[in-house]
Amino acid sequence: MAVTALATAEGKRPSRLRRLEDERWLALALLTPTAVLLGLFIAYPFFEGVMLSLSSTRVGEPGHFVGLKNFHKIWNDSIFHTTMWNTFWYTGVTTVFKLALGLWLALLLNRHFRGKAIIRAFILLPFIIPTVLSTFAWKWMFDPTFSVINWTLFQLGLITARINWLGDPDLAMTSIIVINVWRGVPFFAITLLAGLQTISPELHEAAAIDGARPWSRFWHVTWPLLMPVTLVVVLFSVIQTFADFQLVYVMTGGGPANATHLFATYAYQLGIGTGLLAEGAAISLAMFPFLFIIVVVQLLYIRRVETR
Amino acid sequence: MAEVSIRKLNKMFDVTHVVKDVDLEIRDKEFVVLVGPSGCGKTTTLRMVAGLEAITSGQILIDDSVVNEVPPMDRDIAMVFQNYALYPHMSVAGNMAFGLKMRKFAKPEIETRIKRAAAILGIENLLERKPRQLSGGQRQRVALGRAIVRDPKVFLFDEPLSNLDAKLRVQMRVELKKLHERLGTTAIYVTHDQVEAMTLGDRVVVMKDGWVQQVGEPLELYNTPANRFVAGFIGSPAMNFIEATLGESNGAVVAEAPGLRLSLPGPLAARARAKAGRAITLGIRPEDVHVATDSDPVDLCFDVIVEVVEQLGSEILLDTRVGPATVVASVEPTMRIRSNERLRMSLKPERLHLFDAETEAAI
Amino acid sequence: MIEGALWRRWVFYNIPLILFVFVLLFPFYWMIITTFRPDGELYRPWNAVNYMPFWTNDPTLEHILYLFEETNFMRWMFNTMFIALVSTVISLFCGVLAGYALARLNFPYAGGLGTAIFVTYLVPQTLLFIPLAEIIRNFQLGDTPWSLILTYPTFLIPFCTWLMMGYFKAIPKELEECARIDGASRWKAMVYIVIPVAVPGILSSGIIAFTLSWNEFIYALVFLSSPDQKTVPVGVTSELIRGDVFFWGPLMAGALLGSIPVAIVYSFFVEHYVSGLTGSVKG
Repeated sequence: MAVTALATAEGKRPSRLRRLEDERWLALALLTPTAVLLGLFIAYPFFEGVMLSLSSTRVGEPGHFVGLKNFHKIWNDSIFHTTMWNTFWYTGVTTVFKLALGLWLALLLNRHFRGKAIIRAFILLPFIIPTVLSTFAWKWMFDPTFSVINWTLFQLGLITARINWLGDPDLAMTSIIVINVWRGVPFFAITLLAGLQTISPELHEAAAIDGARPWSRFWHVTWPLLMPVTLVVVLFSVIQTFADFQLVYVMTGGGPANATHLFATYAYQLGIGTGLLAEGAAISLAMFPFLFIIVVVQLLYIRRVETR
Repeated sequence: MAEVSIRKLNKMFDVTHVVKDVDLEIRDKEFVVLVGPSGCGKTTTLRMVAGLEAITSGQILIDDSVVNEVPPMDRDIAMVFQNYALYPHMSVAGNMAFGLKMRKFAKPEIETRIKRAAAILGIENLLERKPRQLSGGQRQRVALGRAIVRDPKVFLFDEPLSNLDAKLRVQMRVELKKLHERLGTTAIYVTHDQVEAMTLGDRVVVMKDGWVQQVGEPLELYNTPANRFVAGFIGSPAMNFIEATLGESNGAVVAEAPGLRLSLPGPLAARARAKAGRAITLGIRPEDVHVATDSDPVDLCFDVIVEVVEQLGSEILLDTRVGPATVVASVEPTMRIRSNERLRMSLKPERLHLFDAETEAAI
Repeated sequence: MIEGALWRRWVFYNIPLILFVFVLLFPFYWMIITTFRPDGELYRPWNAVNYMPFWTNDPTLEHILYLFEETNFMRWMFNTMFIALVSTVISLFCGVLAGYALARLNFPYAGGLGTAIFVTYLVPQTLLFIPLAEIIRNFQLGDTPWSLILTYPTFLIPFCTWLMMGYFKAIPKELEECARIDGASRWKAMVYIVIPVAVPGILSSGIIAFTLSWNEFIYALVFLSSPDQKTVPVGVTSELIRGDVFFWGPLMAGALLGSIPVAIVYSFFVEHYVSGLTGSVKG
């Protein structure tokens, strides 16, 4: 009898649609477009990238397999050492500042006051506006001759002579860090604010009645409950910052004297600028193990925090 | 109009066996209620009838054809969900029309059906509203309306009243009953509330841990529960249970517990005689216990200490202690009783239940 | 809760907040003022006596006119808009379907695929741009908008999928089950019930995807070469800087005008944007 019931039901509809009633077939159909695009433009390039980094290819010059030679070369390259150090420094310092300032801003916003919605909307602007475009505004502000920042510091009596912000390696790195923090704080603030809003005010009230001062209320109630959101936000930010390109490309192009390169800008300079495709691909790929470790460590930690 | 047969139905979720060998014949126009505590498999059974869960083994037949492999859309059933599941982006009329549109009904037909259903449920003035603009009771009506416009073979209800407040729940219960009497569609109704089960069901199926405990008309379950679980589950306040041993004295069968010695009435004694000397559980409903008067025979009386007096207005519930056991009694609201008072109680012997202490089956 | 005296509120809340807002918005003010400042004022050193940082007395449109007359700025705007729109639509299409499958359907390896999507969500563009440039060249897509329309989805789809998964999971399963009992197939239940209910999520993903594509730089920089194919960020960078000479006026005008479409889209859908942003970091 089961067979007849099936047969009549099947007679009513074309079998292609019938097949979509099966969850597995439907899932396959729904995932195919995504799989094709991601396969073609992520998995395949990744494979190609690995092959490229193991070859001697240059622009207009198909190379041959050279094994780990490129990696050996960049390992002994002092600019690459600076690049690595820069990337870690840049990522670490900006993340600490973005988290601290973002959390502070989120706490400031986590109250009821007039104009809150508008302020929140405006605060996100640095994050919305294309990085390259807003970075140009900063570059103009940091211009040694016409700098409004120098003017302000001079008027405040903090400096007596001009500061060549982008001409000195340390100052250039500092400038870049400032801009990255400027751009990232809104993202931290808004996402942490959302996290703060999920914390029931009753918890704070209970803690306050139990006699906890504001600081200990933050430390014992807010911070632990905010931890899961914080970790994910930090994960995103760390990866984006680690792989950053636009900001440095516009501000310094890696200079002065290759002192402010990040992985991405150095890879661009060698691979696209100089045409050493294989070496560029190798530098790009050198990011991968670090990113991989960051992701794995963070995900494990997030899981631990969430299951706690 | 349809019959539903459930034969040796089983459901496994990975390694958990949630529905076990369920057999049930539901007659045309019957209103059957599946009742049991949460996790007893009642909802899973209903979802298998709906086609929302795959069947592990066994068969479900609607009107004599096996529907095991038929997707829900082709089963011609309607279901009312606990959270109503109204489509939030459609108006009330749109919600009711959806099922008909999917079945390619003509527009005028859809309109007449919606009007008719809306009239039955008294929601004509809500047709243009969106679900979020409705109160809980109104949503409930719309969910019902959506089911009845389709005029399906079977109605399935998954705890449809449990999100309503107490007063509305009683009101909707009555309306559901009237609706079923009017439409006469076969219905399967799942609830954890035994009052709903008793008032709505033509027959009630009590389930526990995936097993069917007993199937019967409401009064049948109330009067002759098949086992201790059904006895305790049906009826409110719940039946009192006292652990006792059976003995014989002077040819009579007596149940003995600390502070209690009852001689069993004729028919019960006849059934129980074989178990003399064994441990049993005595069951008596609170409404069958009363304060003893001179006319009560001594061998049906026992002394208690009143612990709590609960005034309900229409009755008084006494929580009393007999040795280690607690006995709840429902007494006349006019009685004046204080806690810690000592009382002599008696009971209606013909209303006594006995359960095997080991198997928990009724004796 | 009670925040205490008025002065406390100013010292601990209002003044820090005003400072934050000032610092976060000042570069945009700088962009605007530079756009309308005549060259004579623009190139006046900061230590000059008549340096006037925050205002200009004779605003000019010369920089904006330069942009329209001497460069392909309108063309760049159009390119950026076209690429952002099409890649957003493609990504939404794929992301909605994939998100639905991963959030709602039971199938083998569903968990593994979900993780895979999350991992690709974390792959930065800068990891793959060199081999991708080769592939684009091999596919004969170099220097066409399609090189970007087809590659932007690589970072937009994982994002949309991830976000949509969250939205789909929040929709009660019963809605869909009810539709299927009402006579809809799985496909129809998805199209007529679940997707319409998820429209706010689709809007959020779409808006963020749009701003992400508008912001993208490295692929556009590497894959496009002729001036009339470029997007705004690349065009501004490459055509308004000649060697060491920066045309600051037009540059700022370009930055300002190039930001306006994103800002407009954002201003209309702030709430959707914010809810998408916060949804994207939910694990």
